[in-house]
Amino acid sequence: MTEVQRPRERAAVESAPALPRLLSGIRAHGALTLEEHLALHGPLPTGHGARRRQQREHAAMLIDEIELSGLTGRGGASFPTATKLRAVAGARGRAIVIANGAEGEPASLKDRTLLEALPHLVIDGGLIAAEAVGADELILCACATAPTSVEAMEQALAERERELTGGHAPKVSLATVPGHYVAGQETALVNYLGGGPAKPTFTPPMPFEQGLRRRPTLINNAETLAHIALIARQGASWFRQLGTSSQPGSTLVTLSGPVAHPGVYEIENGASLSSLIDASGGTTARVRAALLGGYAGAWISGGHLQGVALSKEHLAPHGATLGAGIVLLLSESACPVAETARAARWMAGQSAQQCGPCIHGLDALAGTLEEIALGRADARVTQRLERLASLTSRRGACAHPDGAVNMISSALEVFATEFADHARHGACEGCARAGELPLPLRPLSDESSGKKGARA
Amino acid sequence: MSHRVEVNPITCEAHGMCAELLPERITLDEWGYPLIDDTPLHGSQVEHAIRAARACPTFALLVKKERTERSGRVRVRSG
Repeated sequence: MTEVQRPRERAAVESAPALPRLLSGIRAHGALTLEEHLALHGPLPTGHGARRRQQREHAAMLIDEIELSGLTGRGGASFPTATKLRAVAGARGRAIVIANGAEGEPASLKDRTLLEALPHLVIDGGLIAAEAVGADELILCACATAPTSVEAMEQALAERERELTGGHAPKVSLATVPGHYVAGQETALVNYLGGGPAKPTFTPPMPFEQGLRRRPTLINNAETLAHIALIARQGASWFRQLGTSSQPGSTLVTLSGPVAHPGVYEIENGASLSSLIDASGGTTARVRAALLGGYAGAWISGGHLQGVALSKEHLAPHGATLGAGIVLLLSESACPVAETARAARWMAGQSAQQCGPCIHGLDALAGTLEEIALGRADARVTQRLERLASLTSRRGACAHPDGAVNMISSALEVFATEFADHARHGACEGCARAGELPLPLRPLSDESSGKKGARA
Repeated sequence: MSHRVEVNPITCEAHGMCAELLPERITLDEWGYPLIDDTPLHGSQVEHAIRAARACPTFALLVKKERTERSGRVRVRSG
């Protein structure tokens, strides 16, 4: 298994002089202090302390500016951030803001990197978002599996104690959330913070109308908030100086696989994949394929990688998106059939075990892929996989089964030859090698017991 | 105003009563979970659907009433 290195050698990609933005000032170890953060970015412009009417005007102005910037959510869904802010601001009741740093996807390290190294950027963004939606509470969520990021956030909050205990600031707290895959899903996060298990709930109501403690709840990914912190200071047109017209700005990408320096990089939206690989010191082996968007993402074969730009438009024909900014390269020597089976088994283990089609469907899909990898599948295996995929997708309370099916289906398409070969002749040389995709050896979820057991 | 059948996949425990009581809309997959035709119900199907929903041991089957308000927004209520 390739260990993803600590993402410390980040560099701006391509000839964009304005990068890095989020990652500027980042250090090899430790977090930027409040003093260093303020020296780098300047003070945070807030409307706190102003008259109520001015506060309201400032809040509306913030949302307008974020709308002009074209910022979209960096948690994977790319939803327009301003639309979400406006929905929460317009909902009935006092809002709550949650900074989502739960990062259960093992191929993503960018959120923990932000919390660990640049905690004040995330706190700033959370404060601005709270102001924009009129929230009196901000909950910062860090992953229990990333203790360094929890410590850095605690330290950062201590540094800002005076500012945050002032009469105008929202109540700010830090929550440590479990590290399993679906824990970061919005309703799972609300469920957990409300005292329940970190498992998705059935919607509606959506969190923006009735979330934590039945109050309108804004949940933004940690990186999205970090961008907001800079947009509030520099403005929308500054943000749009980088990126494409449909996807302005920069984005964080976690790159892993056979490259000299795997880790977290900040790229301009729409940058070429090859420029990202160059920034990481180039490949160290021939690349067979890339998995974009992580374990709910899609594969692109090595032959198609040349010239691929990391933009919505370029990736769409391949059925892929960057998701939460994830690029996994698979080396030529790895077996894509065995890797897909491993990834599918891991995703099956990450099911919240709540919805029947997800529990049974993902398990059956993983089992069937394992049979193929071992050469034990019969001639009708392709039809079986297709049927299982359609029985599993879109039948859960959350999108977990859909994401897993998406990744499996794209693997069947991109590696059709390899799958057919394994189905006929059994395991290949590459199968015996240790898995290359970064997956925890055991599922992180400690809640893999049957769903009936969870209920009284 | 129209009615549709929906299932809460979290509370559903594959008892299969719904497929017995509303076979024209619901079949079961190989694990016993309902596969639902969620196009609008018509005529007497509404009554049958409501009976099926009431018979579900975990109340996982929902009959949703959709009404297009003057504002053009769809209001969803479970019945």
